[in-house]
Amino acid sequence: MIPRTMTHVLFAAVLAAAPLPALAADAQVAMKNFDFAPMAITVSPGTTVTWTNRDGEPHTVVSADGLFRSAALDQNDSFKFTFDKPGTYKYVCSIHPKMVGTVTVK
Amino acid sequence: MTIQDRRSALKCLAYGGAGTLFTLAGGIVTPLELASAATRGHVGTPLFAQISDSHIGFNKDANPDVAGTLKQSIELVNALPRPPALVLHTGDITHLTKPEEFDTAAQLLSGLKVAELHTTPGEHDVTDGGAAYFARFGKASDNRGYYSFDSHGVHFVALVNVMNFKPGGLGALGDDQLAWLAKDLKGRSASQPVVVFAHMPLWTIYEPWGWGTGDADQAFALLKRFGSVTVLNGHIHQIVQKVEGNVTFHTARATAYPQPTAGNGPGPGPLKVDPAVLPKMLGITSIAYRPHPAAPTLTDTPLA
Repeated sequence: MIPRTMTHVLFAAVLAAAPLPALAADAQVAMKNFDFAPMAITVSPGTTVTWTNRDGEPHTVVSADGLFRSAALDQNDSFKFTFDKPGTYKYVCSIHPKMVGTVTVK
Repeated sequence: MTIQDRRSALKCLAYGGAGTLFTLAGGIVTPLELASAATRGHVGTPLFAQISDSHIGFNKDANPDVAGTLKQSIELVNALPRPPALVLHTGDITHLTKPEEFDTAAQLLSGLKVAELHTTPGEHDVTDGGAAYFARFGKASDNRGYYSFDSHGVHFVALVNVMNFKPGGLGALGDDQLAWLAKDLKGRSASQPVVVFAHMPLWTIYEPWGWGTGDADQAFALLKRFGSVTVLNGHIHQIVQKVEGNVTFHTARATAYPQPTAGNGPGPGPLKVDPAVLPKMLGITSIAYRPHPAAPTLTDTPLA
């Protein structure tokens, strides 16, 4: 049985970790209410990121430096890209260019 | 006065006295042509019509039958008392840039009795970088997207503001297009009416939703000297208009579905309304000209 103080410490650690960008082997980003969520993620090299559109309005995922471009994604459509090289990759929705996101690979 | 002058003057008078500002200087539009633009036989008869945002391929609640409402819009154009000279489509012809959507749109648009159709793409039409749109509509502009032409004394300029986005930004024209516009307008008489059409609004209507074009002010610096400029846009699926000096700005209703008014929702997406209300929020625009001074009259006609 974990001592109560230890539970509190663990709980606090989880809470403290929550605001950090998500670290994952296969990462998910949603398009919801004209936002990429989460807007910024950090992944390790070789991770496949999957973007899924949850809005009724189509969105796209377009790399700022020409690395990837999805088709127009209707609701529940998704797009995947595998990031092999470390770096910071900015992208935008080409239909709603106010929607921007970043994938950091390290 | 030469014989040619006299003949032309008489011809001008035959159109109802439009010849008083007559001039023969080379390349300048004569009142004869303005009268033709203005009347097409009767004062106030539309010279051309605008349809916009047909979003072929859209199939959600806000309008499960966008092909049907495009067809109705085309029927409205066909039912105008006198056929306009041409039709403009100000973009978002398709919803997802799919080839079959372009095919369906082209098939429906061929139902226009008016043979002359000029288009400009919306951001929904060029999600593939422009390949599908230019395959069908690129000829007019050598696949650049922007072009101009003259009809009945009016100079029409098609601009593209959906292919040069800066992330986080508004629509953009880009330096190449602005340089082309400067060259296109150079030397034109300031008395020639100009119609500029592009998909996204060429003035800032609501920046948080990207309703505007970042470098449009550079285009308007070039257009400033013209006596009559009409700016026709789409994109926002509702009518917003203003007049500033000699420039009339107007956005059109969609033929597909309405959108919320600025800021009234999570974003500029489809707005579901009561089915009885929907046809009132979709429609076409027709544009006629008063002759002197040349000024446009815009008429928005809803589907119902």
